[in-house]
Amino acid sequence: MKKLKINKTTKHNFITYLMVFIAFAAASLLLAAGQMSSLMEGLLVPLCIYVMLAISLNLTVGILGELSLGHAGFMCVGAFSSAFFSKCTEGTLPDGFRFFIAILIGAAAAGVFGILIGIPVLRLKGDYLAIVTLAFGEIIKNLVNVLYIGKDQNGFHFSMKDSISLNLDPEGQIIVNGAQGITGTPNDSSFIIGIILIFISLAVILNLINSRDGRAIMSIRDNRIAAESVGINITKYKLMAFSISAAIAGAAGVLYAHNLSTLTASPKNFGYNMSIMILVFVVLGGIGNIRGSMIAAVILTLLPELLRGLSDYRMLIYAIVLIAMMLFNWSPRAVEWKEGMKEKYLGGLKKRREKEVK
Amino acid sequence: MSLLEVSNLTISFGGLRAVDSFNLQIKKGQLYGLIGPNGAGKTTVFNLLTGVYKPNEGIVRLDSQDITGMKTIEINKAGIARTFQNIRLFRNLTVLDNVKAGLHNNYRYTAIEGILRLPRYYKTERRMNEKAMELLEVFGLDEEAGCLASNLPYGKQRKLEIARALATEPKLLLLDEPAAGMNPNETGELMDTIRFVRDRFDMTILLIEHDMKLVSGICEELTVLNFGRILTQGETAEVLNDPQVITAYLGE
Repeated sequence: MKKLKINKTTKHNFITYLMVFIAFAAASLLLAAGQMSSLMEGLLVPLCIYVMLAISLNLTVGILGELSLGHAGFMCVGAFSSAFFSKCTEGTLPDGFRFFIAILIGAAAAGVFGILIGIPVLRLKGDYLAIVTLAFGEIIKNLVNVLYIGKDQNGFHFSMKDSISLNLDPEGQIIVNGAQGITGTPNDSSFIIGIILIFISLAVILNLINSRDGRAIMSIRDNRIAAESVGINITKYKLMAFSISAAIAGAAGVLYAHNLSTLTASPKNFGYNMSIMILVFVVLGGIGNIRGSMIAAVILTLLPELLRGLSDYRMLIYAIVLIAMMLFNWSPRAVEWKEGMKEKYLGGLKKRREKEVK
Repeated sequence: MSLLEVSNLTISFGGLRAVDSFNLQIKKGQLYGLIGPNGAGKTTVFNLLTGVYKPNEGIVRLDSQDITGMKTIEINKAGIARTFQNIRLFRNLTVLDNVKAGLHNNYRYTAIEGILRLPRYYKTERRMNEKAMELLEVFGLDEEAGCLASNLPYGKQRKLEIARALATEPKLLLLDEPAAGMNPNETGELMDTIRFVRDRFDMTILLIEHDMKLVSGICEELTVLNFGRILTQGETAEVLNDPQVITAYLGE
């Protein structure tokens, strides 16, 4: 009995990893055969970014059980801190090594922000927490928009007003230019690195869930008072889940920053629209269902592009498909029907196998 | 030498003295009952003992360690575990994981070791599984180890809650109305389980209960609360025949 259960989770996780690998292999094959349109090719890295965002938010929403609407804010922190680093060290460090450090810096910066924001925010619950995270996400984005940092031989100059008040030397260089953001970030992101990051994020999250700390996090979700009564430190584990989730979002931000040559913090990429979008992936894929949220992220990212031919009706159909998927996945009737089908086909298979064994 | 010593414990909510100068002494290995009409303050006493509420006055000592005003998790580490009147399980975790959550502080490895799956993870998890299964076997729940806690029938959920509390290796176990919602058969079985737990784990147990059959059947001593105050205290048989107690329960 005990063995059986452990095998089940291992198997479940293995299927998740395998799925990512198959998707990667399929995409690589198409790429190698030259069968992929340049549009689709351009979507590969964003797909990785969205998948990472979806699974990281699922850690907060599904495993920790707290609704967060400011996830794009952490992505923003990761993107800007790493782009800043890359911009400063471009030419002085070898490319691969620099990008590796950039990912670590982006993830660490977002993780630290996760802790800083988590300390006040995680005292709240439910809707209140959601609203406050929404506000924090916006604050991060807006702060970045008024941030000016330049570098000359005297070192770094910093201002929150405009680029002139930086008082740079004539040969000084503006790195972060307020609303114009960071220009000329090296293009280090690639599909392979994206896939590697997905594997790492998945391993971190799945291993965390199936460990002592993951159990503590889920027990807080299920019953805070009972968790406290068996000696689980609520604050510690809430912060742990929140900051790990933020750090993975930060790593996704690094990928995003190094995929474009110009990085700006606009409402479109780091605003609440984005946060809601990530939440849609999570809800559609299943709260707490890591694999499902990955699939949802892929489908909902590809869909608008696949529907491009329909021009005007594109977003309408997108919305209808979203509603239909939501109903099919989660309405009680549909769930019942799916269970029935599973029983009918897989159950039959099982019986047949049992017979063969006999 | 008493395991639990409570003296002069008092808490007010607004103008209401929910618990007023409460005294209690429980010896090691005792099965002690706390009874009283609804709203007498029994669960409030439990909440004071486990740090959910901080007392306005009074001292709580466990094994001569002063635990007054400590936080819930510290009190749990000091050695008090409890169950709840309305069952509070980790509903979406398996039965096994519920008990393993109870083992949280007794079997440790760091988050890094867990995420990187270092050898200590496997070693500790294996030991946790063994210990948890041992506890589940005691309560006859080993067959259901892989089920979700929310899918267990009511009586088994109560047992699982006790198993989870025992997993924290307490010195004192507090049971809040363990027989609530049980039929006479289940109550009888529960009485055996409680006795068994006391003998097998050498446990000291304080329980709140309304079921007089259970109380008179297993409790050695009783305290009766009424309107936050102690009405009477002593040997079970004597207390239950006290005219004051009968009045409090049945009215004049």
